[in-house]
Amino acid sequence: MTDLPMPQSGAAPVPKSSLMVADTRTRRRNAAEKRFRLYGAGAIGVALIALVVLLTSIIGGGAGAFRQTYLSIPVALDAETLDPKGNRNPDEMSKVLTLSYGKVLDRAVDAAVGSSEIEITDLSEKDISSLVSKEASAQLRNRVLADPELVGQTVDVNVLVNGRIDGYFKGRVTMESAAADANTSPQQLMLADALKEQGMLVTRFNWNFITNPDASDQRPEAAGVGVAILGSFYMMLVVLLLAVPIGVAASIYLEEFAPKNRWTDVIEVNISNLAAVPSIVFGILGLAAFINFAGLPQSAPVVGGLVLTLMTLPTIIISTRAALKAVPPSIRDAALGVGASRMQSVFHHVLPLAMPGILTGTIIGLAQALGETAPLLLIGMVAFVREFPAAPPEGLFDPASALPVQVYNWTQRADPAFVERASGAIIVLLIFLFCMNLLAIFLRRRFERRW
Amino acid sequence: MKSIGLTATAISVIALSATAAAARDQIQIAGSSTVLPYATIVAEAFGENTDFPTPVVESGGSSAGLKKFCEGVGENTVDIANASRAIKDSEIETCAANGVTDIIEVRIGYDGIVFANASSGPDFVFTPADWFNALSAKVVKDGAIVDNAAANWNEVNPDLPEQPILAFVPGTKHGTREVFEEKVILAGCEESGAMEVFAAEMGDEDKAEEACMTLRTDGKSVDIDGDYTETLARIESDPNGIGVFGLSFYENNTDKLKVATMSGVTPSTESIASGEYPVSRPLFFYVKKQHIGEIQGLKEYAEFFVADELAGPDGPLAEYGLVADPELAATQEAVVNETVMSK
Repeated sequence: MTDLPMPQSGAAPVPKSSLMVADTRTRRRNAAEKRFRLYGAGAIGVALIALVVLLTSIIGGGAGAFRQTYLSIPVALDAETLDPKGNRNPDEMSKVLTLSYGKVLDRAVDAAVGSSEIEITDLSEKDISSLVSKEASAQLRNRVLADPELVGQTVDVNVLVNGRIDGYFKGRVTMESAAADANTSPQQLMLADALKEQGMLVTRFNWNFITNPDASDQRPEAAGVGVAILGSFYMMLVVLLLAVPIGVAASIYLEEFAPKNRWTDVIEVNISNLAAVPSIVFGILGLAAFINFAGLPQSAPVVGGLVLTLMTLPTIIISTRAALKAVPPSIRDAALGVGASRMQSVFHHVLPLAMPGILTGTIIGLAQALGETAPLLLIGMVAFVREFPAAPPEGLFDPASALPVQVYNWTQRADPAFVERASGAIIVLLIFLFCMNLLAIFLRRRFERRW
Repeated sequence: MKSIGLTATAISVIALSATAAAARDQIQIAGSSTVLPYATIVAEAFGENTDFPTPVVESGGSSAGLKKFCEGVGENTVDIANASRAIKDSEIETCAANGVTDIIEVRIGYDGIVFANASSGPDFVFTPADWFNALSAKVVKDGAIVDNAAANWNEVNPDLPEQPILAFVPGTKHGTREVFEEKVILAGCEESGAMEVFAAEMGDEDKAEEACMTLRTDGKSVDIDGDYTETLARIESDPNGIGVFGLSFYENNTDKLKVATMSGVTPSTESIASGEYPVSRPLFFYVKKQHIGEIQGLKEYAEFFVADELAGPDGPLAEYGLVADPELAATQEAVVNETVMSK
């Protein structure tokens, strides 16, 4: 662009302007638009960078939870320790605690190390005995109690190794950090390396992370999100069964049938207000109403589900009403015009057309409820739960955990291995949320009508 | 139409099963987050080694746990409260008012409180007086009470490194805070002689104690309301910080933290058990005796917890960082006899 010739002073003529040449104001407006576009692009860029940083840190930290190191060794099941009475009676053998099985495993690891010509100086007894996870003794005990005839034989077992060794193969623990670490030592890591070379230690995909229940602080390697997934699923079931029918029915009434007067105005305002209420408030309400007043059990998914129902209802009502409003009045008029009753016009014509919007709103409401932690704090769901709840409907009353709660729990544990578990649980949660949002998009694309 | 029917079915199913699922078959535990790791270790082993289901352990703090415990008797109240401090008289009264009259107190062992900085930092050799002089809002200088202006540790005690004072102390909702105030700050106040000056100035022992334990608010002492993991994260981001931790937390993170000695003693399960290391406290759990017999496995759990195999010096709890109680045998007997607390 060239500068316009400056108008001569004196008898100032009206400046000639041309559409072909941008004048100052046009240029300024164009520049403003360009700037605005840059701001927008910048905002998207910042959001994308934040998302990428978040995802990389979570996936980087949590991917390890899906892989776990296992040790396969032969274990001599010493009859003297495991069946002191010698009659192979499972009832009497059950008096032998897991601690004794731990000692049997320690001896097995010791023997395996001795027989495989691994030479490491300064290898202490503790290095050998703490190699195997404490979970292993429980597994071995269950296996022996299920089949008492195994006692006295030598069986091959495939057990988890200690979280520190597992961390070493995932890069979380290094030789330097091990030297300062009270729970492992460089010698132990060298032993692990040697065992790996012999093929006894294998790091492989860890289904147990998905299926196992939570584990105590001493065995992070065995902890999983099984109970949490089931608990979250049960809660979503309750929310789906209660919030969707109630929410949809309420919106249909308010939108299609209710008279427009002061009362419906008040209700409308309050629904919007409820949608903005902090979720912890619903937790306090749930504690007072469902546990203290109605006497429902603590830590139960049904209470969690009821609380989350209250929380999601306003979201579902608002989005359903928006979907109903978006159906053009001509559809209703046409239905009424050919003699349909108002109910027929709503259920036969308006509701099917509004369905994609309702479903989208519902799924987004559910996704929001799935990630909610605060209300669950107060109703006892932030707990250590190892027993799987039974099948519904009874299972709805059994204690259970939930995915976001499990994340919260694990971030508070002392053992650094739980950080990896927490990130792993976040990944599981994100996958569920991603699937739900994908479903919402799919439903909208598949069924949406435009007028 | 269908949806209305569905709702009705759902509600009736839930209502029906509510009555069906009335009998609770697992123990419910709530309380201290310090006791939580021990309680989960025991609960896990209890579920593995007995036919009873694994108890459900909630955390949320000693006070919150005892409050829940004292809510009343019945299936939807907790059976056991974990606490990192002894139950208070006021709490026993609340309990009694709500019908919880028979409480069994079980002391499981001791927990040490340690002071640690980032492993890259210098070594610290503390005395309680150093902590008082570094963190108290008012200190005594040349016989007069002045606002605390110490900025570096070596201003407090020339033997300490020249490092800005920055302490991450547990927030007031933690039981650890009370122990920290009493066994470190107050002890330091007395040790340094400031207590006498305060008492002379204010004419009242209680007011002097309060003055001792009021921490400075100029950012040198930071209250951490979260867990030890938060304290650790703060230290990792600011290597000048010194944090207050439980011994078991430190033992799980020895590669990141360097522990300081207190009055010349390095904290360990041994030095705490012998009483040499000054900053420790007993850990408890409280059992509702009225629930024994009603809730399956409750007494068995209490017995299992204090058994030598678990709470003894060679058990998994000691391995995790609990200092075993030398009088464990007496506790075991009390649990077997269901000895309730005297009022």
